[in-house]
Amino acid sequence: MKPKPGLKSGKVTRFILNGQTIEAIGDETILHAAKRHDIEIPHLCYKEGLRPDGNCRTCMVEIKGERALAPSCCRQPSAGMEVTSNNDRALHSQKMVLELLLSDMPQQAKSPYTLHSELDEWSDALGVKTPRFPQRIQPQADLSHSAIAVNLDACIQCTRCLRACREEQVHDVIGYAYRGNHSKIVFDRDEPMGESTCVACGECVQACPTGALMPAKNVGLIEPDHRVDSVCPYCGVGCLLTFNVKNNYIQYVNGRDGPSNHGRLCVKGRYGFDYVHHPDRLTTPLIRRPEATKTTEIIAPDEVYKYFREASWEEALDFATAGLRKIRDQDGSQALAGFGCAKGSNEEAYLLQKLVRVGFGTNNIDHCTRLCHASSVSALLETIGSGAVSNQVADGSEADVIIVIGARPDTNHPVAATFIKNAAKRGSKLVVIEPYGSDLCIHASHFLQLRPGTDVFLLNGMMHTIIEENLQNEDFIQQHTNGFDEFCKHLHDFSADKVAPVCGIPADTIKEVARLYATASTAIIFWGMGISQHVHGTDNARCLISLALLTGQIGRPSTGLHPLRGQNNVQGASDVGLIPMVYPDYRSVSDPVAREKFEKLWDCKLDPDPGLTVVEIMHAIHSNSIRGLYIMGENPAMSDPNLNHARKALSLLEHLVVQDIFFTETCSYADVILPASAFPEKTGTFTNTDRRVQLGNKAIDPPGNARQDLWIIQEVARRLGLDWRYDHPREVFEEIREAMPKMGGITWERLENESSVTYPLLKEGDPGETVIFRDGVFPTDDGLGRFVSAMHVEPAELPDDKYPFVLITGRQLEHWHTGTMTRHSRVLDAIEPGPSIMINPGDLKQFGLLSGDMLVMESRRGKIAAIARADENMQPGVVMMPFAFHEAAANLITNDALDPYGKIPEFKFCAVTLYPGSRSDDLVTVSPRQTSIA
Amino acid sequence: MKRTRGKKGRILGTSVDQKILAGIRELLGDEPRTRDMLIEHLHKIQDRYHHISNAHILALAMEMKLPRTEVFETATFYHHFDVVKDTDDPPPPLTIRVCESLTCEMFGARQLHDELAGTGSPGIRIQSVPCVGRCHSAPVAVVGNNPIENANKDKVLSAAQNNDIEAGLPDSITYQDYRRDGGYQTLIDCVSDKYNRNDVIKILEESNLRGLGGAGFPVGKKWSILKAQAHPRLIAINIDEGEPGTFKDRFYLERDPHRFIEGTLIAHWAIEASAIYIYIRDEYAGCRKMLEHELAALKQDPPCDLPDIHLRRGAGAYICGEESAMIESIEGKRGMPRLRPPYVAEVGLFGRPTLEQNMESMHWVRDIIEKGPDWFSSKGRNGRKGLRSFSVSGRIQKPGVHLAPAGITIRELIDEFCGGMLPGHEFYGYFPGGASGGILPASMGDVPLDFDTLQPHDCFIGSAAIIIFSDRDSARALALNAMRFFESESCGQCTPCRVGTAKAVTLMKQSKWNQDLLKELSRAMEDASICGLGQAAPKPLRCAMQYFPEEFD
Repeated sequence: MKPKPGLKSGKVTRFILNGQTIEAIGDETILHAAKRHDIEIPHLCYKEGLRPDGNCRTCMVEIKGERALAPSCCRQPSAGMEVTSNNDRALHSQKMVLELLLSDMPQQAKSPYTLHSELDEWSDALGVKTPRFPQRIQPQADLSHSAIAVNLDACIQCTRCLRACREEQVHDVIGYAYRGNHSKIVFDRDEPMGESTCVACGECVQACPTGALMPAKNVGLIEPDHRVDSVCPYCGVGCLLTFNVKNNYIQYVNGRDGPSNHGRLCVKGRYGFDYVHHPDRLTTPLIRRPEATKTTEIIAPDEVYKYFREASWEEALDFATAGLRKIRDQDGSQALAGFGCAKGSNEEAYLLQKLVRVGFGTNNIDHCTRLCHASSVSALLETIGSGAVSNQVADGSEADVIIVIGARPDTNHPVAATFIKNAAKRGSKLVVIEPYGSDLCIHASHFLQLRPGTDVFLLNGMMHTIIEENLQNEDFIQQHTNGFDEFCKHLHDFSADKVAPVCGIPADTIKEVARLYATASTAIIFWGMGISQHVHGTDNARCLISLALLTGQIGRPSTGLHPLRGQNNVQGASDVGLIPMVYPDYRSVSDPVAREKFEKLWDCKLDPDPGLTVVEIMHAIHSNSIRGLYIMGENPAMSDPNLNHARKALSLLEHLVVQDIFFTETCSYADVILPASAFPEKTGTFTNTDRRVQLGNKAIDPPGNARQDLWIIQEVARRLGLDWRYDHPREVFEEIREAMPKMGGITWERLENESSVTYPLLKEGDPGETVIFRDGVFPTDDGLGRFVSAMHVEPAELPDDKYPFVLITGRQLEHWHTGTMTRHSRVLDAIEPGPSIMINPGDLKQFGLLSGDMLVMESRRGKIAAIARADENMQPGVVMMPFAFHEAAANLITNDALDPYGKIPEFKFCAVTLYPGSRSDDLVTVSPRQTSIA
Repeated sequence: MKRTRGKKGRILGTSVDQKILAGIRELLGDEPRTRDMLIEHLHKIQDRYHHISNAHILALAMEMKLPRTEVFETATFYHHFDVVKDTDDPPPPLTIRVCESLTCEMFGARQLHDELAGTGSPGIRIQSVPCVGRCHSAPVAVVGNNPIENANKDKVLSAAQNNDIEAGLPDSITYQDYRRDGGYQTLIDCVSDKYNRNDVIKILEESNLRGLGGAGFPVGKKWSILKAQAHPRLIAINIDEGEPGTFKDRFYLERDPHRFIEGTLIAHWAIEASAIYIYIRDEYAGCRKMLEHELAALKQDPPCDLPDIHLRRGAGAYICGEESAMIESIEGKRGMPRLRPPYVAEVGLFGRPTLEQNMESMHWVRDIIEKGPDWFSSKGRNGRKGLRSFSVSGRIQKPGVHLAPAGITIRELIDEFCGGMLPGHEFYGYFPGGASGGILPASMGDVPLDFDTLQPHDCFIGSAAIIIFSDRDSARALALNAMRFFESESCGQCTPCRVGTAKAVTLMKQSKWNQDLLKELSRAMEDASICGLGQAAPKPLRCAMQYFPEEFD
């Protein structure tokens, strides 16, 4: 969103409005200036944050010396201009426009779709009553979308929805078609909204002034009892939002003007909240029946009581803890492990790692960062000493050159993608490097659809070009880096011409992009799982860092590195120590100084050896060295690679405690299940991809007997002999401030006031550093950045005659990770109700299949069947599948080979074979989990 | 490529029909896929397939890397594109367009339409359309691209049956002939520094040549404004002559096309512009073909270094005659007028300072430079200066383009140039400036006709399209005809025009007009509409009420 007009330049224009001399600041329009001086001028097509369009003509004013009236929303005053908004002439037009619009409302009366129609409000304010004109022929309602009702009989054609869709969110779905009195807001080619390419971000609904676009099922007519400001529970963008609650039920969600979203949301944030009200929520503790022996099979939710019985909290907690204590006492601390969750708050993550370290006595604590950016973080720590992003998305979106590599933010960081698209529309050069095309590519100046797994080649090829053409930043290299000479030698073998055929990208394109990046005055690199989820994920990230060091494209505004964080709190969970090798603040467990600090803070002795990571823990269970596991919020029975192996491991555990909000696949292997609270049911802080610590506030009570996670962790801790008394998340937060000095200056009060505060922030009252590594100073021992050479490592499993296709896993816009939340959302699951395999149309044709036919996919590890979907974005020989669907869990196929540094599995590459299936193949993998809402 | 989500679409994914895509690629050939070419490309599809299907839109959107909705909204804005949904049948291959605007209606267009529609000929579609620019030979029907003047059912059907559906090439002065008779010498003199740029602009200023598209902005002044703008500057020539009753541009184009091209090239030199865009209405198919030919001849053997000259084709939208709407249309968008400021001279085509001129304005440039400013300014009558090309139609003996002194009165025009009224018709009233210039009664037949002289009477001369009606006609009915025209040609952007024209038509169809409400509505439309269309639309109805009160008793 553009900054408020006027705040950029300080020019002051004095002009006369209704006889009173007032000042317009900077580029302010007459309407803006009037608003600031509490002078009301009616307006409808104008909305803060959208480009003023001046089409409704409600805000007309008279300007002395001009023939016609002028729209005050578009006109900037000139010095001495005499403007009148309230004389007979101006009022006549203002009221006539309102009357004309009112005459075409349903029943020529107040909007039947919203309680807050701006047309009704202005008509009341100006005394416009029953219109005197006949009504138009009204269009039919379009109720084809599960989330949004389209009632164009209340449409005033102000095009706010169009501007929200096209200019703000840049989805380009809404158009204004036909002409004159037949003009109509359309979706794509005048299709029903539910059949259009609409991504249901709901920005149009938020923009509509009359209720013509509203949440489905007349939610707009419900007046909430209270509104709670909070944060979106989904991705790392960290959009601020407001929950509108009535009767302990979230009715609808509004985007809030947060620093990373400016009111924007995506379909998950706006319509994906209803999972919390799903009848399948766990509402009472469950204990496995003694006769229900564990198998590798997944248990269907409607069969839960065959395997589990209800228990009181007291009994369940005693049972849960007794099992853990028994293992600890018999087999030692190292036989226990914990999985935390990047969806929980900082406070929950902090307490859980403290529980495992202090209560279990081991560093075997990890979470899904291992499946996500572990390799990026290991490369960042190794080279520039900090795992966090250098620049925020908002800042990066101002860059002249934006590289998005191994990421599809339009699907996975939708709101961030809108700002990147805005930048491309403003003229920034957008370079997308991705094997799998996306809507973002339409806006790219360069789209490099490389062969999967060839990133190191491509990036080394770019750096080779930079050195060959002497475009490197010598001063920066001299003053701020080490290891350059050796690095330079290493690049020798990677000329663009040589890597081009491997990557499938013309050498000239590689060179052009290299020059573009190297010579840009500001340049940012955004990357995602396409970089990190490889056996060479750390090498991929090293290349990106080297690229920035080589060109000095780091440490300045709009210039730096940004690994796009997936989960809403993966940054925070990592920061506060939910990682086996480090304590909070990334202090190594093997560093005696760090250990001493935390032993003092926690008043205990700590294990000096790094713990095991997610996939290593699974192996350790197989080898019987880990016997007990406490899982809070993770779903490894869906999220881990090579699921048959992972599920087997879970079934082998002597004692498994699962704390979650639904009966997840992982619960099938539990001994005891503790019903926890969902995001809107608790208060806590969450750190987004931008290092912004943001406050989520409790909006509703948990259902039934479900409890706050912080309470559950403390109850377990108490039973392990730890006497913790944190009565409120703020008390945990106070301890985090001590554990993590970078957040030391953030106070709970400030979070309550500002909702979002950026760290590093050492001292209370500081603003927080939005750009780090300023002046090229890195938090390494010598303050220098380090070049680390990356040799090309082949993916662990290359395609061959038997398994000729490459499978990439990933996500879809509507579904979050393993689907625990989104598959339980009515709207999201209605839009994407089942698994599908994205495949190049030519490849699909070779099987003699069409979109919608069944395709079987098999790897060395498993076999699933799903519907094929022809997708021009896929390159030949590559298929993609989201891993959210239990019916055809993509991770049954994936390879659990690990990156040696980050210990991240290679989700982005494995070899598969495909063959046509039949409908009956569906039965092979169908799981009985029910997702319908009763 | 975006994913379609509907029940069907979810399964079908994002495939575009490869055969259709290949067809589109072949049709577009090597031409640029830039946004500004969208309307040109839509024409190619419409010409080839006689309609534009949903699949065409999807394929074209893909090929041009445009959102499909932007292709759709642009295609559906223009009436010459038949966008057909999957569920609908494509239209018959041949369309007969019957003009329904003022003069043609006076001469029985509605009856002609109904007769043609009544024949129910298979493979033919009959459409009522706004002015096709041949009002001197009303009524007019256009069979395919072939205009039939003084049309009747038999003439029209026989053209259709004989497949006589192409526009004939006008018998205009060719490039060779124009050069032979001294054409382009003035341009050569300009570019070879025999003239000084400022002197040429001064000559134009002194000649009192004003923009002849309707607004009457002094041409020399416009050029000097452009000269002060940043480079690159562009030129856009408006031949989207659509004001009902106007046909003067076509008149000159059909006879002497190089005269305006030379004027334009002189302007290009004088303001140091880069490229030239010429926008011609789609209804002038014959002229367009001729222009393509003549521009090719010019480029083949140029009198001097030529800039890029782009010929762009309208697609059936009166509003694109509005200068900023025309610019939007050249950019490949819907023809929606822009808000001003900024003015086109500052921020015009592709965001560049743009000299936009009516074709006829450029037609006179060469003569004025060669003959001197006085040659033009000394013509005039009743204290006015210059010449006006009046497009005269209606109940007169000699309809046509009459080059007459500015300031001439309607009575003088009828008597001296038009051979008097048609037998049996008594002069009753006239439109002095097409549908949007208002209506005056015979009692006001002595008002000098020129820019600025009609404003006191709530009228204006505009493009000097004079429609003369008689005691057999009704001002009230003609006012309704005009309002229907504005309703159908309103772009739909602003409320006063989009809703106002529609409500006005409904009110004006009632047996008794709600005059007070119509006056209130008119005031808001005039004050609050974005462009001249909505601002001028109420003029005929106001004039009808004011000057023809007897029709409302």
